[in-house]
Amino acid sequence: MALLEVSGLRISLPTRRGRALAVRGLDFSLARGDTLGLIGESGCGKSLTALALMGLLPEGAQASGSIRFDGQELLGLDDRALCRLRGNRMAMVFQEPMTALNPVHSIGRQVAEPLRLHQGLTARQAHAEAVALLERVGIAQAAQRLGAYPHQFSGGQRQRITIAMALACGPDLLIADEPTTALDVTLQRQILELIRGLVAERGMALVLISHDLGVIAQTVRRTLVMYGGTVVESGPTRAVFGAQAHPYTQGLFAARPQFGAARVPGARLPTIAGTVPELADLPPGCPFAGRCPRTIAACHAALPPAVALGADHEARCIRLGEAR
Amino acid sequence: MSALPSPAPAPSFWRRALRHRSLMIGAVLTALLLAAAALSLAWTPWPPYDMAMDAVLQPPGARHWLGTDAYGRDVASLLLVGARSSILVGVIAVGIGLALGTALGLLAAARGGWVEEAVMRLADFTFAFPALLLAIMLTAVFGPGIVNAIIAIGIFYVPTFARVTRASARAVWAREFILAARACGKGPWRITVEHVLPNIASVLIVQATIQFALAILAEAALSYLGLGTQPPQPSWGRMLAEAQTLMFQAPLLAVWPGVAIALAVLGLNLLGDGLRDLLDPRLAKG
Repeated sequence: MALLEVSGLRISLPTRRGRALAVRGLDFSLARGDTLGLIGESGCGKSLTALALMGLLPEGAQASGSIRFDGQELLGLDDRALCRLRGNRMAMVFQEPMTALNPVHSIGRQVAEPLRLHQGLTARQAHAEAVALLERVGIAQAAQRLGAYPHQFSGGQRQRITIAMALACGPDLLIADEPTTALDVTLQRQILELIRGLVAERGMALVLISHDLGVIAQTVRRTLVMYGGTVVESGPTRAVFGAQAHPYTQGLFAARPQFGAARVPGARLPTIAGTVPELADLPPGCPFAGRCPRTIAACHAALPPAVALGADHEARCIRLGEAR
Repeated sequence: MSALPSPAPAPSFWRRALRHRSLMIGAVLTALLLAAAALSLAWTPWPPYDMAMDAVLQPPGARHWLGTDAYGRDVASLLLVGARSSILVGVIAVGIGLALGTALGLLAAARGGWVEEAVMRLADFTFAFPALLLAIMLTAVFGPGIVNAIIAIGIFYVPTFARVTRASARAVWAREFILAARACGKGPWRITVEHVLPNIASVLIVQATIQFALAILAEAALSYLGLGTQPPQPSWGRMLAEAQTLMFQAPLLAVWPGVAIALAVLGLNLLGDGLRDLLDPRLAKG
């Protein structure tokens, strides 16, 4: 049985103009130890999906469908039961390491807390475990620095600390929401390597959320490309990156600056025309229809069905069969 | 944000405090108030309750430093003992307001929804009554006396602290480390105690200092009206009330308690403002 099974997940948010459907029918499953990437631009619903998995949707948001974690339905589960799962069997790493740590508590305390909370360790045991965790994530002289406060660490170190917090109880599922976006490029690499190493070492399942194609390509086995709250393309990362079946996926790749590519001086980087539609305005058909260079009238009619392209690889576009 | 070279270590809290002039003035005045009250427990120049009908309305001099009142009591001794009433009222009234108000504010921020709505509307309701009117009403119902005055002032402080707490706590709840704490599996109660409260402590300290000053004023006003401290217990407000009838014979009798109240309130306000500067990183200079 898969560790995580999401089916028909819909999330709606209150807006000034009524409820908007931010995630419209998401299906995926993730086996123990497997890795999954969610990619898409801001507002496509990827972060909301992550929060829904943790049961941490903002006030007013409503989720329907089903999220089964190790056979247990999470939607509708009471907060007490969710608290027992969070930080224990499922954990999350956030985008902004500068703000994800409490400024008034020492890092030793923050890393040790999930251990004391979920595993009932004594202060001494939790302390020892926190040192081991911090050393594992690459904080030098962890034992001496347990009493230090977040502001005494750099951004990269803080992200290592938040990862140590997330790993404390040995979760089965790690959700990382843009874990490297706030870091500079050299650090991004190190943090990604750290996450990748830890996932392999501990047999955790990973849901990695990013808008960065490179981050996804290096880290996950399977990729979902999201647009307008819908998965427009999904498949093994190699297949998605190789075939780039959906026009939106193609657009994402085309808009990526590349080193070494022959560039004509003064040539502009391709962009995807238009802007992401407001959630409340999303058309009934393909969400990408307005911006897609290959739009035809039929695109506006209904959400295209998922078309299988290969083993486990599918895309939602009615013009897939045609020549580009 | 890229990693910047770390700035020179900020001067320590105590060093910044020593350099903050108005904070130091406030701290010294507040310390004097506390010292006066403490001293009066052990020693006063004259027994404060002893009347001496042969030495009424004496001018300040070597025997009675600040003179004597209409009953021949030593004014300096009365002032020292009166400081006790002021501090007692300040500490207990602020204590009541801080304890209940903070609890309600934290509850409102943590629960949201109708709980928050109910707590805040209750606060608005209490605010509709002027503080002094509420105090007069309570002492009229339950009888005058320092205990009822303290309770009245304390009750009025509950919504004040509830509002300040809720506003600050909500700002803390919106921060990402709260989401991270929830992602660690902490419930709202634990998050409130471990994460929200320490982050709003500085706001509450400042608020408590300023409310302390207002409580001293309120006690003086109630005692002046005869609803607070009862004779023979000395209080600065009662001293003012008694001096009023002798305004022209012995004007200094009104000056001494007036100056004492003014200095105590000034000291506490300066201390509160200084602490706010020191504890709020956004207002910190440099």
